[in-house]
Amino acid sequence: MEVNFRVYENILIACVKGEVDHHSAAPLRHTIDESMQIFGLDNLVMDFSGVDFMDSSGIGVILGRYKRISKSGGSFCISGCSGYIEKLLEMSGVLSLIPAAEDYESAADIINGRQQICLEV
Amino acid sequence: MDNVMKIEFSALAENEAFARAVAASFVMPLDPTVEELTEIKTAVSEAVSNCIIHGYKDWGNRQNARVFMECSMLKGGKVVIKVRDEGSGIEDIKKAMEPLFTTGSEEERSGMGFTVMESFMDKLVVESEKGKGTTVIMTKYLDIISVE
Repeated sequence: MEVNFRVYENILIACVKGEVDHHSAAPLRHTIDESMQIFGLDNLVMDFSGVDFMDSSGIGVILGRYKRISKSGGSFCISGCSGYIEKLLEMSGVLSLIPAAEDYESAADIINGRQQICLEV
Repeated sequence: MDNVMKIEFSALAENEAFARAVAASFVMPLDPTVEELTEIKTAVSEAVSNCIIHGYKDWGNRQNARVFMECSMLKGGKVVIKVRDEGSGIEDIKKAMEPLFTTGSEEERSGMGFTVMESFMDKLVVESEKGKGTTVIMTKYLDIISVE
């Protein structure tokens, strides 16, 4: 698992690559939380376009970030989910809580109000 | 003839990727679809993670903590995967299998492990005895085109 960060407008984009499981979940959430603090940003997009495996540990990381960011008043969006990841997230109700965009630019549009949030029900 | 494979490995998180890769490689001769393969890998990952996170949570010294996996390919594309630990066991299996139920809240667990196994496999049986360990038996019927 690997994460590449970039700052896009007022948002931290975390591009996750590789496999997200119980083993990689802890370093994943630490590096994201730390980077948000370092960059002083409240808004986060997690991009999964480079992820080739994910199990329910990934759901835990997503829900954990959602809770933290909601508490601090920021916005959180996910992007680049494959059909398989979407299935996994749908199962746990994540998609009814967190908007999912095709790519991180569209996710930024949602966060900055340039695009209507369309939650899947 | 039934084709069986058994492995035993230390209950360490870094072995989760190894376990799901082994299970996936073993069923390859059945020519599974990419989707079927991903579903098997995910279910194995959930089962093995459970052994490591919950099964041995009360063990101070994990030196001898082991996870056992047995895969069988049976007639008609039937795949059976058993994942077992010799840890604490589950007190209330029914409750443990409820979606979103978790005892690992400090680790941000989603509580979706059993739900994922149930959704991705065709059958799931959980056997557990307090203090003796837990066995998860997952069955999946692969869509095979050629029948011997």
